[in-house]
Amino acid sequence: MSHPPVTDWETDFDHTDVAYAADPFPIWDELRAKCPIAHSDRYGGVWLPTTHEDVAAIAYDTDHFTSQSVIVTEGRPMAPAPIGIAPPISSDPPFHHDARRLLLPAFSPKAIAALEPFTRAYCHELLDAVEGQTELDAAEDYAQHIPVRVIAKMLGFPAGDADQFREFVTNTIESVDLPVEKRIENFGRLEAYLRDQVEDHIAHPRDDLTSFLLDARLDGALLDEGHVGGTIALLLLAGIDTTWSAIGASIWHLARTPTDRERLANEPELMPFAIEELLRAYAPVTMARLVKDDFEFNGCPMKKDEWVLLPFPSANRDPAFFADAGRVELDRTENRHAAFGLGIHRCVGSNLARMELQVALEVFLERIPVFELASGDPAAVRWSGGQVRGPRTLPLRVG
Amino acid sequence: MRVHVDQEKCQGHNRCYALAPELFDVDDYGTAHELNGGQVPPELEGKARLAVSNCPEYAITIDEDS
Repeated sequence: MSHPPVTDWETDFDHTDVAYAADPFPIWDELRAKCPIAHSDRYGGVWLPTTHEDVAAIAYDTDHFTSQSVIVTEGRPMAPAPIGIAPPISSDPPFHHDARRLLLPAFSPKAIAALEPFTRAYCHELLDAVEGQTELDAAEDYAQHIPVRVIAKMLGFPAGDADQFREFVTNTIESVDLPVEKRIENFGRLEAYLRDQVEDHIAHPRDDLTSFLLDARLDGALLDEGHVGGTIALLLLAGIDTTWSAIGASIWHLARTPTDRERLANEPELMPFAIEELLRAYAPVTMARLVKDDFEFNGCPMKKDEWVLLPFPSANRDPAFFADAGRVELDRTENRHAAFGLGIHRCVGSNLARMELQVALEVFLERIPVFELASGDPAAVRWSGGQVRGPRTLPLRVG
Repeated sequence: MRVHVDQEKCQGHNRCYALAPELFDVDDYGTAHELNGGQVPPELEGKARLAVSNCPEYAITIDEDS
């Protein structure tokens, strides 16, 4: 079900519009300068703050905004607060704190560092497969596979199921304008897959995140089935198209900016700063909240159960918060970007995403130091729309 | 110079630990804390300022005079 094209971004915006997917930056820039909180009656009512100040204020305000659902759709959440459908991303305080705390050790910087050699070897394997080609699709041949392979290993799922995981991502995160019944049917397929994996782990416990969750306790009790399934779904899906997008957008930037590509290849000490700058400039994720009760926010009369999008990539381009916000400066040293969110819902997988992005770029530049966009036509690069933005096709000419 | 991490504000972005592991460490939950009572040797003052200016939560403060 596609929506009518947007003609007025202040009063009738749609974050799934093709123009928004192709190039949202001028839209955000104009709204930020003139508006700066847009509203649309689509999706049963949705707000779009665009400044860093407003996005941060809403991210921090768990009294007036609930995380019960974080993907804007035509429907409203089926799973009740404070747990929600996929804890802890869909949970509110105080439940959120303990549900999140369960997951944090598996994603700590030191735990994630242990996965780096595996990730690096896998990136090489992907490029071995396209060795000698003069053209490749950096999104399809490379970026999309990396987070899928690593999270499958962490959860203890068969690596051969990767294509299915990507289908689940498309169905749950990227196809938000489908009718509610169709989305429920899609969720059913995901749930059936996860049920099989959980049953296999109950029969054959092993050292992975799925078995860990099946054994985990909150207040002395095992997690209920819905909590385990929801959390596994979150871990499986949330890291895939997000990191895929960050890797793809970074390669896209380097493909069209030869000076940055050469600089990064020649100055590896720049990499930690470059990673953060690419995350700032091309932050893939826009989160969402629901308004708990009627509430006036900065002059906007927000109604109970309206959505509020949190476009972190727009916050990251706010000239009131960042010097030269619209410019990509790989050596930017002051960079409080919000690519992984702000406040209690800071992306639990941020250390994993950052490691994957850095390793993916290091290996790519090492193996393919010279590359450019294969076509001068911007339409040759297809960007995903909705709340996770990144290139889904990225044809490059190499060498 | 001394640095201090407000653990109530820290949300585990781990930017300080990545930029200045000589001055900060993180626990299993990703929450950062300063090392060596927050004392910053003169050669690490630049790194301390870098950590402050990259913390998205404004959780790190510097006391220049102690």
